[in-house]
Amino acid sequence: MFANRFLAQRQLGTKRFRPSRRMFLAGTAAAGAGLTIGFAVPGANAQAPAAAAAVNPFGAHIRIGTDNTVTVLSAHMDMGQGAYFGIATLVAEELDAARSQLRVEGASGNLAAYGNVAWGGFAQGTGGSTAMASSWERYRRAGAICRAMLVSAAARAWNVPANEIAVKDGTLFHGPSGRGATFGAMADAAAAEPVPQTVSLKAPGQWTRIGNPAYRRLDSADKSTGKQQFTIDVRLPGMLIAVPVHAPVFGGKLKSFDAAAAKAVAGVVDVVTTSRGLAVLATNTWAARTGAEAIKAEWDQTGAETRSSDAILASYRARVDAAGEHVAASRGNADAALGRATRTLEATYEFPYLAHAALEPLNAVVRRQGDIVEIWGGHQIPDLYAGLAAQALGMSPANIRMHVMKTGGGFGRRAVTDGDVVVEAAEIAKAIGFRAPVKLQWTRETDMAGGRYRPAAVHKLRVGLDAAGNIAGWQHRIAAQSILIGTPFEGGLVKNGVDATSVEGAADTLYALPDLRVEITNMVSPVPVLWWRSVGHTHTAYVMETMIDEIAAATAKDPVALRRQLLAGHPRHLAAIDLAAARAGWGTPLPAGRFRGFAAHESFGTSVGMVAEISMGAGNAFKVERIVAGVACGTAINPDNVRAQVEGAVGFGLGAILREGVTLDGGRVVDTNYDGYRPLRIDEMPKVEVHIVASTAAPTGIGEPGVPPVGPAIANALAAATGKRVRLLPFEKGLST
Amino acid sequence: MKLNINGRERNLEADPEMPLLWALRDVLGLTGTKFGCGIAQCGACTVHIDGVPSRACQTPVGTLDGAKITTIEGIEDRVAKAVQAAWTKLDVPQCGYCQSGQIMSAVALLRDNAKPTDADIDAAMAGNLCRCATYQRIRAGIHEAAKSLA
Ligand code: FES
Ligand code: FES
Repeated sequence: MFANRFLAQRQLGTKRFRPSRRMFLAGTAAAGAGLTIGFAVPGANAQAPAAAAAVNPFGAHIRIGTDNTVTVLSAHMDMGQGAYFGIATLVAEELDAARSQLRVEGASGNLAAYGNVAWGGFAQGTGGSTAMASSWERYRRAGAICRAMLVSAAARAWNVPANEIAVKDGTLFHGPSGRGATFGAMADAAAAEPVPQTVSLKAPGQWTRIGNPAYRRLDSADKSTGKQQFTIDVRLPGMLIAVPVHAPVFGGKLKSFDAAAAKAVAGVVDVVTTSRGLAVLATNTWAARTGAEAIKAEWDQTGAETRSSDAILASYRARVDAAGEHVAASRGNADAALGRATRTLEATYEFPYLAHAALEPLNAVVRRQGDIVEIWGGHQIPDLYAGLAAQALGMSPANIRMHVMKTGGGFGRRAVTDGDVVVEAAEIAKAIGFRAPVKLQWTRETDMAGGRYRPAAVHKLRVGLDAAGNIAGWQHRIAAQSILIGTPFEGGLVKNGVDATSVEGAADTLYALPDLRVEITNMVSPVPVLWWRSVGHTHTAYVMETMIDEIAAATAKDPVALRRQLLAGHPRHLAAIDLAAARAGWGTPLPAGRFRGFAAHESFGTSVGMVAEISMGAGNAFKVERIVAGVACGTAINPDNVRAQVEGAVGFGLGAILREGVTLDGGRVVDTNYDGYRPLRIDEMPKVEVHIVASTAAPTGIGEPGVPPVGPAIANALAAATGKRVRLLPFEKGLST
Repeated sequence: MKLNINGRERNLEADPEMPLLWALRDVLGLTGTKFGCGIAQCGACTVHIDGVPSRACQTPVGTLDGAKITTIEGIEDRVAKAVQAAWTKLDVPQCGYCQSGQIMSAVALLRDNAKPTDADIDAAMAGNLCRCATYQRIRAGIHEAAKSLA
């Protein structure tokens, strides 16, 4: 998600994105509340990295209970990607805690302790597949510090030298005297010990949990028995359920409404207006929903999006015929090289809006008790949301408590720059004078029609080939809506009109393309767009990887060999490619009717090579039988979770390229439930094999990087089978036209 | 109105039109059964009604007089235990939100068919969406449970 840009900026020099304070101030201005509230988010005043040394991890990152529990306070939220377990693994490794005593809770409100290190520490947040990169040093160090404090407390209590004390699975031992104690027994004494300034971390050879595929997730049992609590499961005494009514088109505003029929529904207790429309409050979800359906509302559509998605995309197609608005990358001279080319490949690609469609529809719970307001939710950027909610409530962020819940999926949807559902829930609670706790629960329909889609995009490529079959000039035009322009993140992350999330994966391609120009035109629409699992890479990788395949075919080269040739100097990327190719048996004969395709892409610091194997049916019908992935993600902290994330990414990416696309008709979202918007189901899931490049380097992302190569690997297999290049997505559309 | 849920008679004061899903979750506090779509498309709300896997979001409580309802909180026979053990052993869940429904469908499948093939699994489980796409492990989990029950 957006965080990869932070990384990129950092490589250019930390100073360039230091203005986190400005970023937050801009956020305030954008939210329309003026600068006086500032972002007085606890700790947000740009002191973060310097203050990090002052954080005492005993308490801030790890709580050891006298009941012998070890609670890890996670800076990153868990939407299913396994961040909690990864962080717990890092802690347990250095603390030598037993797996059975580990608990994990979401934390917030202490930027020095929880600021995302991979973003430079200037905001707490989960995104850009950075949770492990951000936590790698922080949580191992926290574990080692707490271990040292437990040991010195035991040494003091037993009056023995600290270096004679051994720690194993949550227990402290002193061999010579035969004394021992649990962590719990020593917890209070350890908390009073001075915090060591330096600790040494285990060498990779000493790890027993990191990198161990037999060290298993902590939450599978709760998730297999219905015990796992999500925001939708929060129940508070007297709580009311609110179901919203939003404008039928993006940018529509409430003009008038009649709530009589809604109020007549048994169980409905109130109807209130919000900045986005209305909300019906009831004693149960069914009544609230029935009431919401009974609302009669008129909407002002001035300035709203009333075009169809076809018309929107047609305007993008027209736009890429002319030079782009901004140059995102320029190397050598693409035009001159194209002028010398003996052959030119030209292609236009079209990508639809995509919905996250996480299975838990969006929600948040708000309660006020005395001066304190608590907010439960899938808080991906908790301090920001606390600040925005405080602004909406006209109160100090210091009086807001955020409960970070696990969510039923996310895929980027809960990382929002305006607080979204959190602010909406706060408005509703305020509108009823906080007389009851409120759970705002969107319906599936609200969720699917709620926008914040993967931006639609059109790419136009012109690639020259010289007489020897070498690439001579690469001109790449993209028309897409910017995710970041107009948001609090614009200041640091949009440079000279180029939103890096629109062009990532193309402008920074690893391929040796000496004459390259990438242009971007920022298309404008009231349809809100957002990062969707792997963000810009979702479309750029498709274009890059199918074009490389097309070039290989046009020049009679093996697609893997061509990649190797163009990627010399990127050993980690090549390792992922080679591993996938070797394990898939690339180049070996296939049974009749089977075909392979290859793709590889680096995103969020991780390289994934992928081989798709498909079988052909009648006509263009095909089935994806097998996917083999090679993954280079640095240290695989939890190798089985790395595999799980890539397996899931394959299913997620496959569903998208086969069928997904948000269609607008007169500005209205046509498919608002899973009958029309159809993610992958089990009967289309291929066999997935995931192989990991062995490494003890710092970990890079894994939640997202499996997605980008899926589509192009399959498209390339289909081209191998039929010669047909699908450039209009989803396939359901592209293969029928 | 009286409902028999997980072997217990429960008194319910609710509109007979209210779907079982919301009666379970909001009125009775059994939140293991999840809401995903409300239109019988995702399977997150799957419960057993007289042993048959059913979508609670499309079942009005008024139709359940005399029916035996089992939710994720109440399944505890050998098959259910085997499925849950397999799910935990293989770390099937990612976000976990769909998994109550997946498990209810998987248990029903294994009660009918002790040794399902991949094709049997795909047919029986196609009504249960998993946006995290844990499908490969769902298949493996069902095979693992079948093996442990054999
Ligand atoms: S909520 Fe019942 S099938 Fe989706
Ligand atoms: S595990 Fe997330 S929806 Fe299935």
